[in-house]
Amino acid sequence: MEDPTPRAGILGLASRLGLRTRIIVLFGLGALLLSTLLSVITYSLVRSQTLTQRESATVERAFRNTRFLPTGQPGDDGYSPALLLNNIPTAARSGLLLYDGQAWGESADQFATADDLPVALVEAVDGGEASRMRLVIDGTPYLAVGVPVPERNFAYYEVTPLDDIGDTLRLLLFGLLGAGTVTTIVGVGFGYWAGARVLHPLREVSSAAEAISGGQLDTRLPDNFDTDLQPLVGSFNGMVDSLSYRIERDARFASEVSHELRSPLMTLSASSAVLQARREDMPERAQQALDLLVDDVARFSQLVDDLLEISRFDVGAQHLALDRVNVAELVMQTVDMCADNDVLIEVDAAVSDFDVRVDKRRIYRVLDNLIDNARKYGGGTEKVLVFSGGNETVCIAVEDGGDGVAEAERRQIFDRFSRGRAAGQRGAENGVGLGLALVTEHISLHGGRVWCEERPDGEDGARFVVELPVHTGGQVDEAEEFLDEGDLAVVGAGAGDA
Amino acid sequence: MGTHILAVEDDERIRTAVRLALEDEGWSVDEAETGEAALEAFTRQPADVVLIDIMLPGIDGFEVCRSIRRSSDVPIVMVTARADTHDVVAGLEAGADDYLTKPFAPKELSARIRALLRRARSAEPGKTHLVFGDLEVIPEEGVVTKGGEPVHLTKTEFRLLVELASSAGRVFSREVLLERVWGYGYFGDGRLVDVHIRRLRTKIESDPADPRLVVTVRGLGYKLQA
Repeated sequence: MEDPTPRAGILGLASRLGLRTRIIVLFGLGALLLSTLLSVITYSLVRSQTLTQRESATVERAFRNTRFLPTGQPGDDGYSPALLLNNIPTAARSGLLLYDGQAWGESADQFATADDLPVALVEAVDGGEASRMRLVIDGTPYLAVGVPVPERNFAYYEVTPLDDIGDTLRLLLFGLLGAGTVTTIVGVGFGYWAGARVLHPLREVSSAAEAISGGQLDTRLPDNFDTDLQPLVGSFNGMVDSLSYRIERDARFASEVSHELRSPLMTLSASSAVLQARREDMPERAQQALDLLVDDVARFSQLVDDLLEISRFDVGAQHLALDRVNVAELVMQTVDMCADNDVLIEVDAAVSDFDVRVDKRRIYRVLDNLIDNARKYGGGTEKVLVFSGGNETVCIAVEDGGDGVAEAERRQIFDRFSRGRAAGQRGAENGVGLGLALVTEHISLHGGRVWCEERPDGEDGARFVVELPVHTGGQVDEAEEFLDEGDLAVVGAGAGDA
Repeated sequence: MGTHILAVEDDERIRTAVRLALEDEGWSVDEAETGEAALEAFTRQPADVVLIDIMLPGIDGFEVCRSIRRSSDVPIVMVTARADTHDVVAGLEAGADDYLTKPFAPKELSARIRALLRRARSAEPGKTHLVFGDLEVIPEEGVVTKGGEPVHLTKTEFRLLVELASSAGRVFSREVLLERVWGYGYFGDGRLVDVHIRRLRTKIESDPADPRLVVTVRGLGYKLQA
């Protein structure tokens, strides 16, 4: 369903996403946030810890190393600051520098020259203060530590590359990124699962609702459904209870009313027959009145019959008495029974020996209704055709020569008490509007279909087509073909001598 | 003496209207309001045809049907509420020969009664003695014996047996039997045939569960094994 005024922004987007998607996004975002936070904390802690350790180790070593400086002074033979440095047991990967107040000495590994040292550091050391400072030379991070040696007026420096720490930290970063990604994926997966879990009961509710709308009114949600959803279960089942109660009550009402109508109808029908036997002895006015009475008793009888029949469908109390019959013979016998005048029957040779398994009484009612319908609204049946519907079906079509049925009304005319355009127009000839609804019910009980269409020969008029499945089962089961033996046994037991 | 009909119906208005209509056919009609009254009336004066509404206060129509059947082969027409219920089969099992559903036209009822009377009065003329194993049928006299012992058949059962026996070995479809025995057309209720065949088997077969005389021909109908 489209929201007519879509809300703007994330809220609007969120409300348009499905519940499951929202749960997944929420879980994913949560996992991402959590893993990012943890990564940032871990990274910064490790980084500062490692750097601090390295710095203090370097400072400590620098202090220790100054004690290894030989006692030579500027001016002694063979003295140079670089030579002094040779006596220091250098730690691996560490550049040493020494300023003796006049000249700079640098260790051979050439990590850094005096020019690389930051001025601030040199000044601090000159001022007699041991200092450390980070610097970058040619893109590589270094730690420079300067220690004054006041008794000899030296300034001693060590420059240590920090790139190995960078490597370690980079490795850590990759590790954390990987872990974060995995966590997020796991979060999304968990969200997917949780969404499914949350929606699972709703799916049961929806399939229960589908079953109910499909007519299985005894469908209920189980009581042990889900503790958190108990209120939903309660109100759902309550709703179905009252719904099915109402449906059953309505159906029962219709059934009981028509049932009750049958006794007076029986009296009316028998009494009017007695009167009719004496019609010739009556004055003309009484004869007219009698004719009206007899006609309407017949109509009333038909209406009650139809109502009873349709209410039986509503309470689901239909019983098919299936017979295997030849379709062409069925149609001929039926048309013979229900048409007043001669109706042309055309049976396609391809289907002339097709059998159908039907309740003959019901098919009779169907064709009788269609022929009756053609007589009332289509100026009479012109043709009844029997032909193959393909796909193991056989079609029986009733064609009339009336005005046809407007395309928009072709479905609607099968509704109860619907007479399409004819409503209110055709006076005494009006049926009660249940005929075509009954046709639909009878035919769907046989697993077939019925519809209304234009005549394919282009002539004016309507064509009602009944499609029935062809009976192909070669081996006929006796119990099916003839009266079911089990059925008899049950009935016999129920009605046994008491 | 004319044809006498016993009508069992608890609704007085229907009973009266049906009586008037049947009397127009020239038949005399006895009315009974309850099952008890019906049995009493039948004992006092056996009828030629009994019409029973299944829905009766006190003992129901099925029981009335069974009680009458114990002592008589009179044709019984029962009146049921609906055609598509077990009531029909139960009524036929109880011994009814035919049924009608309410509301029926009096014309229909008199047609049914006439068909039953026709059957009851005239057995098919033809061969005088039909013998199948230990079963002997004498259509003219309305007698059936099995192993020398007389078999009691209702008139409808007898007519059905004679139809099958008159062309032993030939397969009769249900439609044909409905037409010949009951006077129904294509749309007759096949259950009439099925239930009567069953009842016939219980009376003439040595083992009704494994019929040797009246056999079912799958998908086609029934025949009497020559």
